[in-house]
Amino acid sequence: MSTRPAPSPAAPPAPAPVVPGVLADPLLSIRRLTKHFPVRSGLFGRATGQVRAVDGVSLDVGHGETLGVVGESGCGKTTLGRTILRLIEPTGGDIRFDGVDVLALRGKALRTMRRNMQIIFQDPFSSLNPRMTIGATVREGLTVHRLAEGAAADQRVRQLLEEVGLRGEYASRYPHEFSGGQRQRVGIARALAVEPKFIVCDEPVSALDVSVQAQVINLLMDLQRDRGLAYLFIAHDLSVVEHMANRVAVMYLGRIVEFASATDLYREPLMPYTQALLSAVPVPDPVTRRRRIVLAGDVPSPANPPSGCVFHPRCHHPARDAACATIVPPLEEKAPGHWVACIKQPPTIVTWDAQRQAGATKEPTRHLPVIGRAT
Amino acid sequence: MTMPGRPGAGEPLLRVHDLRTYFHIGGAVARAVDGVSFDIRAGETVGMVGESGCGKSVTALSLLRLVDPPGRIEAGSRIEFEGRDLLSLDEEGIRRIRGNRIAMVFQEPMTALNPVFTIGDQVAEVARVHARASRRAAWERAVEMLNLVGIPDPRERAKSYPHQLSGGMRQRVLIAMALVMNPSLLIADEPTTALDVTIQAQILELLADLQQRLGLAVLLITHDLGVVAEVTSRVLVMYGGQIVERAPVRELFRDPRHPYTRGLLEAMPRLGRQRDRLAVIPGTVPPPTHWPTGCRFRDRCAFAWPRCANEPPPEYPVSADHAARCHLVDEPARAGAVAAVDHTS
Repeated sequence: MSTRPAPSPAAPPAPAPVVPGVLADPLLSIRRLTKHFPVRSGLFGRATGQVRAVDGVSLDVGHGETLGVVGESGCGKTTLGRTILRLIEPTGGDIRFDGVDVLALRGKALRTMRRNMQIIFQDPFSSLNPRMTIGATVREGLTVHRLAEGAAADQRVRQLLEEVGLRGEYASRYPHEFSGGQRQRVGIARALAVEPKFIVCDEPVSALDVSVQAQVINLLMDLQRDRGLAYLFIAHDLSVVEHMANRVAVMYLGRIVEFASATDLYREPLMPYTQALLSAVPVPDPVTRRRRIVLAGDVPSPANPPSGCVFHPRCHHPARDAACATIVPPLEEKAPGHWVACIKQPPTIVTWDAQRQAGATKEPTRHLPVIGRAT
Repeated sequence: MTMPGRPGAGEPLLRVHDLRTYFHIGGAVARAVDGVSFDIRAGETVGMVGESGCGKSVTALSLLRLVDPPGRIEAGSRIEFEGRDLLSLDEEGIRRIRGNRIAMVFQEPMTALNPVFTIGDQVAEVARVHARASRRAAWERAVEMLNLVGIPDPRERAKSYPHQLSGGMRQRVLIAMALVMNPSLLIADEPTTALDVTIQAQILELLADLQQRLGLAVLLITHDLGVVAEVTSRVLVMYGGQIVERAPVRELFRDPRHPYTRGLLEAMPRLGRQRDRLAVIPGTVPPPTHWPTGCRFRDRCAFAWPRCANEPPPEYPVSADHAARCHLVDEPARAGAVAAVDHTS
């Protein structure tokens, strides 16, 4: 259905995938993962274009680590998580889990692989079947993967509910009898039932009140510590991600635009988009006044992304110029372990000559606005 | 971005006294709002915070008498606005207040707009209905309002339909609609909750700007203490249908006295504090049909002692503008245990 996008004239020839933070022994590794959705219009629903929801993402997730993925609505973070689990079939790219080529799996082999990879959804209200007891919901995975039957399964379900902080006897109740936080715990118990190594957490606490959110965050961290779980933690809330993640990928219009350890990313965000995102987080401290970078406009439509750097129309970098609209910035390592896609943030492999040929008038200069503690 | 209040600037604009809004469902009574009193002065921004089910939104709807049966504002409640008793007005009278003097914006910018009319028509409609403006004058007013709320190229954009706008732009349209009649009070119920953080920043900036330029008073209802810290001058913390703490914003964050307020502040993950264990308020908000006796927070409170079960705490004054509904204020010696308790278990 989908046609391959014509390479833009200014784009350099396709290089080997740039993998930010490549690991020697990854649990999960993704290379050039792409998901394009056709845009249909007209009476016969012909595909007239495509939305590049995920546009060539490469990354590794280590054993027992939390990789945070942040970005605003439409940045592709949810599609990324679902594509990894093949809940959505990718358009292109490679996914390896524990060395196994996930995209080559079919039928039974795929089911077996899925045991290792689970997902927790954002909305604890719509992700549970209202006609199934929560016991039956948690038990389903045990049955499908033949992990336990009969009394042993009942026992295991009770144990799982207790592990997530619910009472064993709740197994016979229905989802409507529970609060949002409790339902999210059921969702976690369901994911844990099959003893996965990896869980995609897709905005798992966004729908919860602050006090309940804290309970669920602590639970996820305890489970990780006790079971060595790895998480892909997808969220729009930067403070939650900083709290949970070891390393963080920032996404914008389907691409990774910055990648670093949580410590480096939050201490020294180099991508102007990340800087703006961080500066926009309201700080629960009325004394600290922050210098806020207010971005102009909205996230552009992923069906029609801007040329060059996809962020350039909203960018506040003082050296932003015509080159940003033509040169696609490579994701490059600007400091050890810190990957950024910005040709104006030095150092860069895009030479000043190359930038000038693309119409640049301002030389790259380090821009690191002080975000906090400004009065 | 702080909007200074104007303490002592004459009579309050809004005065709410002992507001009680109950829902009578079968044999049960849900006391969603149960004895709420507060004032809002002209031009100030007051934050109302609390989690789902604490009574914030029902309080807001009650102010405009928009509570549908089985909900009912109970006898003895008083709401005075610009010197008028809103609860004794007839339907026509309260309609004239709504939209004209008190306006409201909600969380869902998509569902609040009619998908089949242009945004210009919808803003103009307000002027036509409320001010009986001519078609042309109403349209001009709509364009002026869209410009005021920062919609680029407002004359052209007025011809757009809601689905052609982003969430942030739709929220601007709703704010424009709310402000057409120059109200003196804007009630904003979670106005930025459905928006991305960068768009939230734009909307908060807009509200602060409008508040200052138009001398508008704002009641900002939110669950986000970060938003409260950035844009309000005074804060009301709600729990169990009551105001459990009220204070100027700086004082609330510096010296929270109610364990619920403290719990909310500590439970938030904050930038710059990595991978600490978060403090937790155990349990969840009880249903409004079953508030605990005595203090309504006591079953989730680490410091509760028998007095809390037996005696509902009054609002104890902490300082001139600061009060908390907690017996700890009365028995500060017990508060000494606070530091020793580990909240993180």
